Amino acid sequence: MASTTETASVKTAAGPGAAAPAPRRARLWRGATPWLFLLAPLTLLIVFTYAPIANMVAYSFTDWDGVSPELRYTGAENYTELFTRPDLFEVFWVSGYYLVASVVQIVAALYFATILSFNVRFRNFFKGVLFFPYLINGVAIGFVFLYFFQDGGTLDSVLGLFGVETDRAWLGTPESANTSLAAVSVWRYLGLNFVLFLGAIQSIPGELYEAAELDGANRWHQFRHIIAPGIKPVLSLTVILSISGSLSVFEIPYIMTGGATGTETFVIQTVKLAFQFNKTGLASAAAIVLLLIVLAVTWVQRRLVPDSADDKRMDLA
Amino acid sequence: MNRRIVLALAVGAALLASGCTGSGGATKGADAEAPDDPAKVSGTITVLTHRTDLVQDGTMKKYVAEFNKTYPKVKVEFDGITDYEGEVKIRMNTENYGDVLMIPAVIEKKDYPKFFASLGGREERSKKYRFTDYTAVDGKVYGQSPLGAVPGFIYNKKVWSRAGVTDWPTTPAEFLAGLKAIKAKTDAVPYYTNFKDGWPLSQWTGVKGSVSCDEQATTRWVEGNPWAEGGELRVADSLLYDIVHEGLSEKDPTTTNWEASKPKLAKGEIATMWLGSWAVIQMRGAAKQAGADPDDIGFMPFPAQKDGTFCAVTSPDYQQAVNIHSDHKEAARAWIDWFTDKSGYAEDNLALSPLKDGPLPDVLKPYEEAGVKFLDLDDSKGAELKTLENQSEVGINTPDYRKELVDMARGARKGDPDDYLDGLGEKWTETQKSLGY
Repeated sequence: MASTTETASVKTAAGPGAAAPAPRRARLWRGATPWLFLLAPLTLLIVFTYAPIANMVAYSFTDWDGVSPELRYTGAENYTELFTRPDLFEVFWVSGYYLVASVVQIVAALYFATILSFNVRFRNFFKGVLFFPYLINGVAIGFVFLYFFQDGGTLDSVLGLFGVETDRAWLGTPESANTSLAAVSVWRYLGLNFVLFLGAIQSIPGELYEAAELDGANRWHQFRHIIAPGIKPVLSLTVILSISGSLSVFEIPYIMTGGATGTETFVIQTVKLAFQFNKTGLASAAAIVLLLIVLAVTWVQRRLVPDSADDKRMDLA
Repeated sequence: MNRRIVLALAVGAALLASGCTGSGGATKGADAEAPDDPAKVSGTITVLTHRTDLVQDGTMKKYVAEFNKTYPKVKVEFDGITDYEGEVKIRMNTENYGDVLMIPAVIEKKDYPKFFASLGGREERSKKYRFTDYTAVDGKVYGQSPLGAVPGFIYNKKVWSRAGVTDWPTTPAEFLAGLKAIKAKTDAVPYYTNFKDGWPLSQWTGVKGSVSCDEQATTRWVEGNPWAEGGELRVADSLLYDIVHEGLSEKDPTTTNWEASKPKLAKGEIATMWLGSWAVIQMRGAAKQAGADPDDIGFMPFPAQKDGTFCAVTSPDYQQAVNIHSDHKEAARAWIDWFTDKSGYAEDNLALSPLKDGPLPDVLKPYEEAGVKFLDLDDSKGAELKTLENQSEVGINTPDYRKELVDMARGARKGDPDDYLDGLGEKWTETQKSLGY
């Protein structure tokens, strides 16, 4: 989320540049005003985002164990170790499950957002139902779903009502465990995507639909030619968030399986390096590598699917 | 463009300012002397503890009331911490980590003198107390565990006797046969891994010394390969594998629940778990709550004998230490001494007394009767063992590799257990070489 905050602040800063000529003092004040407003968010951003990252970069060049007062600079040793141990990157296969899940998630969110942006009975109720999971604490979700997936647990009993085979260990094999966990993650984040889409769709002027309807466009045509292009920036943001999210999945698998049975993700592995084996230096390097991978993926994606008008304006500024 | 440069510079400067990871030089080698006159010691001390339950139910207050009879001027406050390891580790980057605390596992032994005030010489303390080796650095002791435990199998006596097993198994094969009989003759789950919570699996490392009956087990692990044929971890991990592979453990290990497992064992729905004598009191408590008979909870040693006797290794709980930055070191020392010697904390927990001449707890009376030999391990290579564990990333005190082993045993993961254990041994010995042990 840090990246969105940053873009937002840059935009505001560029805003009041074109002002009418005024006396020196007033102009000075006017120039300083946006900065005064920015003081609080920038301080927070620097203190809680960039300073820790700088610290982490510094740690990644040391052999620090996380608590000892002594630490030794080891140069790029941690990075060499990371890249000479392919086993550390095998865990990225697990992200595949979450990538597939985020496709499902985006399609579902888009579908619900489109439907609920038109006049539907109990519209607000359904909006609430869809958004609610996102408000629940991730740890609580982990615990709830642990009971849900227990053998003979909620899922089994619900399936039993429909006469489906019950009593199975949903978290028992790597495939079913990862699929189950990815499903939980869809359940949790669907609401966020949904709200983003809903907001974007509702910013499209209603007359467009009326005009389209007069021209004989059905719902699908409306979606295809009005809604989809209208929400493209939000869609592309969501895709970026989903991909970086899939690469850095953490809390749901950590709480529910602790990374056992083939559900270990890169972040869980990093946490284990740092807090189980006390290799804070190596873990920091791993975190930096993950950051770089996410940045690279985002960059590639922006190249492949550039944002239209909005993006160009940003480049010119 | 200009604005961007200014912004970049500002951010950059802030980063540089915070980028340095300096840690102040700690005073080193302070002592926490025992006070001469109990009536004169004064001060308020904070005790960091992982026993949040005892802080909340007022048990700790009762101890303090007793303590104040001898040391009227010392005020003791508690800071119960749920995620003890994680939180204290971070606090120890500052000087503010209480006056008395349990030494977190993450602190390296060689760093003890930088963090804690010494409690006295090793020679002198070891005459009276158990476990002094575990915190001794350069002949000085930095911590004292208020209680000890013995690893072993907690079992439901009724279930085992219903299956026709009344004598403790003496070999892993006999133990397996016992579990099979339980599966055949009762409804109980013969063995419960507590896979989901993980830490019960890492308890298996407590087997150290039980198979070989050797006080030098730690040193042998550091210098040798515990997964070699006949090695202690080979024996223990193979037994765990066989238990799961033969279907003698719970059906779905991935959603187990520690709290729920206690009443289940008490009621006889679970027959056996590998834990430690410390867990007996919890199981008995669970039995009382569940309306089962607390006397059904039994405790048996690892099924291995040397010259016809079982061996049980004593192991310390968290070690209490005095913060080197404490302003009330005497008061802090007074609390540790009193808590170790006079509080009755060990008896209250049915645990092994930290005093060498302390009485055996009830739980371990059957051990005495069966002639089980108690071993106090020599922990002089404990620091090396920890380094080896971390550097090799095998993690004998973390559940991960045993989770993989259990997955393998129940077919959720491909692989051969022997190859797997050999692989661990290889990693272990390679790291040994690189560290020069």
